[in-house]
Amino acid sequence: MAIAAAAPRARRIPVGDLAAAAIFVVLALVPFAARLGAEGYLLALVTRAMIFAIAAIALDLIVGYGALVSFGHAAFVGIGAYAVGILAASGITDALVALPVALAASALFALVTGFVCLRTRGVYFIMITLAFGQMAFFTASSLAPYGGDDGLTVQARNAVAGLGLMRSDGGLYYIAFALLLGTYALCRALVASRFGRVLRGARENTTRMAAVGFEVFRYQLVAYVISGALGGLSGFLIANATNFVSPAYMSWQRSGELIIMVIMGGLGTLYGAIIGAVVFVLAEEWLANLTDNWKMIFGPLLILLVLFARGGIAGLVGTLAERRRG
Amino acid sequence: MSTPLLIVQTLNGLQLGVLLFLIAAGLTLVFGVMDFINLAHGVQYMLGAYFAVMFYGLTGSFLAALVLALLASLAFGLALEFAVFRHLYDRDHLDQVIATFGVIMFLNQGVKVAWGASPLSLPIPDAFSGSVVLMPGLLYPVWRLVIIGSGIAVAIVLYLLVSKTRVGMLVRAGASNAAMVSALGVNIRRLFMIVFGFGAMLAGFAGIMIAPILSVEPGMGDTILILAFVVIVIGGIGSIRGALIAALLIGLVDTLGRSFAVDILRLFMAPSPARTVGPAIASMLIYLLMALVLYIKPSGLFPAKGR
Repeated sequence: MAIAAAAPRARRIPVGDLAAAAIFVVLALVPFAARLGAEGYLLALVTRAMIFAIAAIALDLIVGYGALVSFGHAAFVGIGAYAVGILAASGITDALVALPVALAASALFALVTGFVCLRTRGVYFIMITLAFGQMAFFTASSLAPYGGDDGLTVQARNAVAGLGLMRSDGGLYYIAFALLLGTYALCRALVASRFGRVLRGARENTTRMAAVGFEVFRYQLVAYVISGALGGLSGFLIANATNFVSPAYMSWQRSGELIIMVIMGGLGTLYGAIIGAVVFVLAEEWLANLTDNWKMIFGPLLILLVLFARGGIAGLVGTLAERRRG
Repeated sequence: MSTPLLIVQTLNGLQLGVLLFLIAAGLTLVFGVMDFINLAHGVQYMLGAYFAVMFYGLTGSFLAALVLALLASLAFGLALEFAVFRHLYDRDHLDQVIATFGVIMFLNQGVKVAWGASPLSLPIPDAFSGSVVLMPGLLYPVWRLVIIGSGIAVAIVLYLLVSKTRVGMLVRAGASNAAMVSALGVNIRRLFMIVFGFGAMLAGFAGIMIAPILSVEPGMGDTILILAFVVIVIGGIGSIRGALIAALLIGLVDTLGRSFAVDILRLFMAPSPARTVGPAIASMLIYLLMALVLYIKPSGLFPAKGR
């Protein structure tokens, strides 16, 4: 099931690590390719994809490895974005402040809501995370001093320790790239650790894990908080990339899109979440250029994906790789 | 905060509660009996409203539009079940979420293509237009009372259907243990179809009834869907009684909260911060209520037995 997390067989690099390495090499080279063609456009598009990929990896950590299907993950992204927006509105524009605040705010929201959500299981968990997501959405919509429904414009991108590292699109691209790489490395390490094994054990059988002596709730809460904080990281970047913050970032449709990215790429693989995010953003862009009614194509594609392509893109890659190796 | 205003807002809260019940009833049955998360349930509410507008345009009679739109909602629900949903019953919840999300995307855009993106409206039938005097100086629209009344009627019919008929018995049994019902020789697939079609029709009915006082527009089902989810989670999945009580509770808390949050806060806050904080708290109220209920009873107020 979880390819990336499978115990390493003798002298074989797991398929997941190879795939992840390939993805990061390609992403590192995109700005060079972009110089040949429509650079600004492609760069912005892939930056956007990488930002969503961070949130998608965060979601995969709890959905794929913990079977905790969060349907409110966009709230964390929104909280991270609002941290940047609200700080900027009060004159604080350095990432050294904005980033920790974004992470702390979303982690705190995850801690408080996780405490309630994790008491429930299955469908109830999906619904209660959805409800908390909506709560964040409506709260943001009623923040009249910060634009309410209309959202608020962030005047300029954050400086980094006074330096304008993110001011250029290329600079922002590589910062997003580095943070995505860091997110992947962190989650990959977590999943392979003892912590990750407990999380997976609880996914398979919570009662048994509890009987073995683990306080499952505590592990799941920590995973949920880490996942929420990484969602906030994604929000920090998106506020900087778009110079705009709005409640729409927290809508439940956005949470649904994050789930779609994870499923499309392949659940419980981490690198699949990156593929899913990139494919989703590119497909959305391509279909939207094709026709105004792109959702009438995208919707049925999702249904077909569920009905016929289990395991997502990563599942496909894994099967092919295994077949070639015999 | 005056007494007439309190009465009006209480009635408005009841009306929202009744509407939520009509949607949540189908949702909780589909959920409870088939263990199926149907995000597309809100779309069926939207379609009910659109069908009513369309048939009213064709026939010019509200009654004819009501009957035809109900039949169309039923037919559409069954068609969706046949084309998509029945292939998802054995899948895990995640797959169901994604596929029904796809259905929402398709249909929200679909109604834009079919009827345009701008909001449509449906006139209130002549017999029920205007207002009624509840007490001196207090007028209330008749149509809202009609909605409350029809919702209560549906609740009674549903209660009789579920507790007194054979199909109702099977539905209750299915909500407790679908595999066992199937093992006892009941055609569970057909039962699923009946429940599904009926739920779609109820959601359609809610859409038809609300169409005269709300603008009919794409995406109108999305917000109400989330509220319906809150209702069934508070009420306990699979429980009609829980859905009714939770729906009325949510309707009242939400409406009264929005009307009086600022006033209540002003009792112990300066007016200006009260005006800022009030709306935020009001919109959070029902979710806080849900969190509280689930914290105390993780499977809702009235969980179906055997779950």
